[in-house]
Amino acid sequence: MIQLLRIELYKIFRRPRTYISFGIVTAITFVIQLAMLTDGKGFVNFALSGVNEQFDIQGNILNGYLITYIILQSLLIHIPLLVALVAGDALAGEANLGTLRLLLTKPISRPKIVMAKFLSSFIYTVLLIVWLAVVALFFSLLLFGKGDMINLKSDSFIMILQKDVMWRYGLAFAFAVLAMTTIASMSLLLSAFADNSIGPIISTMGIVVVLTILSNLELPLFTIIKPYLFTTHMIGWKGFFDDPVPYAAIGKSAVVLVLYTVGFLLLTVFYFNKKDIKS
Amino acid sequence: MGSIIETRNLSKSFKHFKAVTDLSFTINHGDIYGFLGQNGAGKSTTMRMLLGLIFPDSGSIYIDGEEFNNGRRHLLSKIGAIIERPDMYGYLSGWDNLKMFAALSDSSIKAARLHEVLEIVGLKGREQDKVKAYSQGMKQRLGIAIALVHKPDLLILDEPTNGLDPQGIAEMRALILSLSRDHGKTILISSHLLYEIEQVATSMIIIHKGRKVVEGKVNSLLNPDETFIEIDILPDDVIQHKIEGSEWKSMLSTAKHGSLTFKMNPERTPQLNSWLVGQGIGVTEIRSKHSLEAYFLSLTDDTVITNRAI
Repeated sequence: MIQLLRIELYKIFRRPRTYISFGIVTAITFVIQLAMLTDGKGFVNFALSGVNEQFDIQGNILNGYLITYIILQSLLIHIPLLVALVAGDALAGEANLGTLRLLLTKPISRPKIVMAKFLSSFIYTVLLIVWLAVVALFFSLLLFGKGDMINLKSDSFIMILQKDVMWRYGLAFAFAVLAMTTIASMSLLLSAFADNSIGPIISTMGIVVVLTILSNLELPLFTIIKPYLFTTHMIGWKGFFDDPVPYAAIGKSAVVLVLYTVGFLLLTVFYFNKKDIKS
Repeated sequence: MGSIIETRNLSKSFKHFKAVTDLSFTINHGDIYGFLGQNGAGKSTTMRMLLGLIFPDSGSIYIDGEEFNNGRRHLLSKIGAIIERPDMYGYLSGWDNLKMFAALSDSSIKAARLHEVLEIVGLKGREQDKVKAYSQGMKQRLGIAIALVHKPDLLILDEPTNGLDPQGIAEMRALILSLSRDHGKTILISSHLLYEIEQVATSMIIIHKGRKVVEGKVNSLLNPDETFIEIDILPDDVIQHKIEGSEWKSMLSTAKHGSLTFKMNPERTPQLNSWLVGQGIGVTEIRSKHSLEAYFLSLTDDTVITNRAI
């Protein structure tokens, strides 16, 4: 299994397209940081206009922690596409390339191949989120400095002391890995059904967009199904920036995401194990 | 020699299309077994079933006496295969592809073995090039290297000469013969060309629309006495009468206006020609076609061959 996983990782990281995702994350992060460098003060004044009359906020508000939070809010909705680029390609891409039949004539069980594909997609997802953390947090702190963090909400704000910020980011990034792993497992399932990777990648994004819209619609019909949609729970990372942290709600979201991930994975193994390879 | 592959009543359908029906055949150790059929006859589907890529609807497959479903992993380690095209990771070098697939077959394979198989298939010196820069022939060779690297007893090669130029075809044929003769491999090779199979195979099967048509040793199936000699002649009203009174009567297959067909050993063609000329018959053209070839061609076009030898 270790050997198979090493080979899968080797294939992923020898492909130029893998690095496109890292490039996109870097580019968007730098663009937001550049925008905040030039116009950040105006943005913060506008965001705090409602509370400035009641509170006298002093210090470095426009600091690296706030910028990172803004970057995460903007980027995490798009990361599923970058995850799908690899996970959606894992089986369908091999089918399209014609290498799947060669791979399956080797003495390895199909469930092991699926597991290796899943684990390699998971490792890629972890590295992508770690890279996001590095470029967002490290460079934002470098450019904007430290300070207490303000979490701006629609009708309030939460002040988080500087000493309390880093562990929250650590947990938030870990939660983001979990959410994106759910996306990876769904994308892998779609990949098992297809013989080229475009379908699974587009389908993944389509499902995420549709379910995210459903998760945000305040209509009675959707209110019933919302708790069961994984997209409802994908934004659980934001809870780590509340005070107090709603651990029970975050834990529940984590359980839902884990159940979805395991469910998608089992379905993939079940289907792929019986699939006729005609590609 | 015992059998290395035995199939019993294999059948496979895709929706309403019957790709393979009730197919049984046996391949013995040491054979080069030709698997002949026109495109879409069910060759690739059968080969995929032998490798566990496609699951049969019914029937069973035995590899070395063991049922395939009971020992898939262990049995696949005895097989090396190229199915349809030898597709590989174009962005990796030939060496990387070989090393990767070797590790999947057997993690204990050393670099020396990789060099050895590259030598066997004639790719030494080009292994560091990216596969996307390889010609079709080089890809086929790398595919065979990958199939060979874990020292399997059995090679399954699906149309290995497809897309090759004449020189590439000749080299591939020589390589297949060498793998059998010098390395003791049993080889199952498919083709839609009888000529290709005839050149290398010791035994063969012909399938048509998923069903077995004929199976046997190549030298008995291609018995020279079963050759059709087609002779174009100038029209002669009494020719049939002349033949009936001669030794050639028993060999005459069909007689049409301006055309005669005999089933006989082609070595006797000069004697027949002399006799015809001696009878004052103007011979304009002589062609020979083995009855098996004629029959196989009849499957692919609608030409009706009378007196089938099968």
